[in-house]
This record gives sequence, C-alpha cells and structure tokens, in this order.
Amino acid sequence: MSNDTVLVLVVITALAFDFTNGFHDTGNAMATSIATGALGPRTAVAISGVLNFVGAFLSLAVAATIASGLVDTKVVTLTVVAAGLAGGIIWNLVTWLFGIPSSSSHALIGGVIGSVIAAAGGSGVLWHGLVSKVVIPAVLSPIIAALVAATGTWLLYRISRSMTDGARKHGFRIGQIGSACMVSLAHGTNDAQKTMGVITLALIANGTLAAKSNAPIWVIVCCALAISIGTYLGGWRVIRTLGKGLVEIEAPQGMAAESASAAVILLSSSFGYSLSTTHVATGSIIGTGLGKRGAEVRWNVAGRMATAWVFTLPSAALVGAGAEALAHSIGGTWGVVVDLILLAALATFIYIRSRGSKVDHNNVNAEWTGSVAPAEEPAAAAAA
Amino acid sequence: MSWINLSALWKILVFGLIAGAGLPAIFAGGLYALSQGPRTHRVATAGADGAEGDSDVLIGGNVLGMIVAAICFLIVLAAIGWGIYEVYQIGHPAVKK
Repeated sequence: MSNDTVLVLVVITALAFDFTNGFHDTGNAMATSIATGALGPRTAVAISGVLNFVGAFLSLAVAATIASGLVDTKVVTLTVVAAGLAGGIIWNLVTWLFGIPSSSSHALIGGVIGSVIAAAGGSGVLWHGLVSKVVIPAVLSPIIAALVAATGTWLLYRISRSMTDGARKHGFRIGQIGSACMVSLAHGTNDAQKTMGVITLALIANGTLAAKSNAPIWVIVCCALAISIGTYLGGWRVIRTLGKGLVEIEAPQGMAAESASAAVILLSSSFGYSLSTTHVATGSIIGTGLGKRGAEVRWNVAGRMATAWVFTLPSAALVGAGAEALAHSIGGTWGVVVDLILLAALATFIYIRSRGSKVDHNNVNAEWTGSVAPAEEPAAAAAA
Repeated sequence: MSWINLSALWKILVFGLIAGAGLPAIFAGGLYALSQGPRTHRVATAGADGAEGDSDVLIGGNVLGMIVAAICFLIVLAAIGWGIYEVYQIGHPAVKK
C-alpha cells in the first residue's frame, strides 16, 4: 500500500475525531437551553449543527496554531498523526460514556503530543507553544468565563427584578436562543479548526502541502460537515450533565452563561488560542450559579469534571504514545491499519456499553439523581 | 517570548465582560422597557416554547417603553453583527493582490 492510502486513512480518522468532537460538545452550546426548555432537544441540536458548520468558515486562526504551533512538523509522520488521533478519539468516547464534559481539544492535542513523544522524544514538542497556547489558556479560560457569567447573571437579575416571573422567563428564553446560537457559532470557529489543523499537519507530513500552509478548502468543508453531523446527533449524556447536573438553571442564568461562553470563545479564537470550549462552558455555568443568590452549585459534579480535565492531556497522550509504539513495532502501513482496527473495535465496545444506560432526547431533562443515566434506567453502568 | 500573553488576556477579559455581560444586560434593559405599561397586549408565543400559563405577557404596551426596547435590541444585534465581522476579518488575513 502506498503513502496515499495511509493519508486517506488518516483523513478519515481525523474526520471521525471531528465527529466525536461535535457530538461530545453539543452540550456546551445547547445544554442550558435544553435544560430551561427554551428550545426542544431536537430543534436545539439541529440549529447547533448548522451554526457549527457556518462557524467553521469564520476564522482560521486556531487551525494555524494546531498545524504549526505545537509540534515540530519535521518529526510528524502520517503514522504519528494517526496514533495521536486514536488517542483523542478514545478519550472522547470514554468521557462521553461517563457523561463527563471533558475537553475534546485537549484530547486531540494530548493524543498528538503523546505520539510525537513516542516517535521522536520530547524535543519534537514545542513546549513553549504548548504551555502558552494550550495549558495556560486551559487554566485561565474557565475562570474568565465564570467571572463574566457571574457578572452577567447578577446584572440580568438586577435589571429584571421588577418584571413578573412569567415575563422574565419568556423574555430570557428568547434571549437564550440567541446566545446559544452564538455559542454554536463560536464552537465551529474554535473546534472545527482543530481537526482542520490536524489534517493540514498530515498533508504537510505527507509532503502534499508545504510547511506552514493554510488548510485547503476541501479540508475546511469536510471538517465543517463532520462536526456539524456530530453535533446534530447530540451527545445527550454530556448535555444532561451540563444542563442538569451542575447547577439548576433558570432562563436568565442560561442566557448569561451562554453569552459569556460565546464572548470568551470568539475572542480567544481570534487570538489563535485553541482553548477548550468545554472548559469555558463549564466555567460559565458555574459562574452563573455563583452570580445568583441562593443558587446551588453541585461542587462534587464540578470536582469530578475538573479531575477529568487534569487527566485529559496526559491520558490522551498515553493512548497516543501507545498507539504510536504499536504502529511503529508493526511498521509501515499495516501498523496504521492495526491501530485503526483496534480503535474501531474499542469504539464499538464503548457504544454497546452506552446502550445499557441510554440517555437521549427523551430523558435528557429527567430529574438529576446523582448519575448520568436517569433513575428509571438501570443506572449502575454510569455511576462511576 | 513570554508564557502569558498579557495583552491578549487583558483584551479577552475586558471585551469578554463588555460582550458577554454587557450585551445581555442591554437585552435585559430592553425586556424591562418592553414590559412597562398596562400589560394589555399579549405576545404571540415564539417558537416551540408556547404553553406557558397566562403570566408570560411580555409587551406592556407603553409606547416609550417599546421604543427604548427596540433601541436596546438593535444595539445588541448590531454589536453581534459587528463582532462576527471582526472575528472574520482577524481570522482571514487579507489576501494581497
């Protein structure tokens, strides 16, 4: 098999990652709208899918960061990219199974970095770029988002305090639809870009593109499609955790949270920071709980998420490194093929596991009882 | 090269507050203005979120209130449009011909 076969496999894997990215992250934009009833679950995911598609075309700054700012493009081979993607996809699926809104971006970046280290050692990673463009934004972005959301929440309740409850609820639900749309758009500008960056990286590795090239148009279109289809299918498990598990949300809070997320993500995207939309959305939702007197933040759920965040980069890196080592020991095209077969097998296994405690558009808003799968379902599988 | 780009951080925080908290606040001001008045009108419920009981009348009927509300909503829409345009501009460095 030729190099081109491997390239095609890598592009398909990258699009598969983009798909899991979309469906893992639908919740970031739509969880609060679904939770407050501003949008029906199916309408919400459809709108979000379309806007992700549009957003993917809006800015290319983040793709550039991924393609040339994090790893030394000279050491990147197609096998390395494939192994990195495998790391990202597996981490995304595992966290989705447990309903944890972890960062798809960190899963991807972690996977790629792990496989680069396995292939070329630590010198293949541009550590400065990694820390300044990924790690530090990862720590700061949820804090900024929480601050903005808390301020917004406080202002909204203050301004609307003399309105009747019904009018307030009705008005802010309309506002929430608008702000949720902005988050979906922002998600496209940040997350769809990451896969574009990786495919561009693969094309550079294959010699198809010159170093430091921008993503070709077919890459942009394919990534936009993959992420929007993923978004449309909706990661109901994550939506449920974000919308019901973290804070019980009212319409004004939902609007404040989404506006904060949209603003922070769009601003960061245009600076080329590939921050995690998940971290921002979670920070905003916590902030909106802090900004309203009497609201309760379920810190144990928040703590579980934060733990998953810390582990995301290293875990995905380990899987990526393992996949690279395996592919390397088999060698050549077959190494990549074996990696991808293993990946497909694992993905199937996780999918089958998820059927045991199904969360979908019917039960996504059921009362939060401490687990991802609502109580009337056998919840044991998701209790971890 | 520094580890933290302070100027970017500063901008994200300030513009984040303006766009992420200020715009919703202007929207809220619009809603408040809209709800002033004798509450005679009943707004047609928008979209799928109908069935809301009888207390969700949004438009109070005060003309001045409605004008203020319209101005607020226009400011919000204009700001969003401008913001998207800016992001597009920054994200697609101008092609030199």
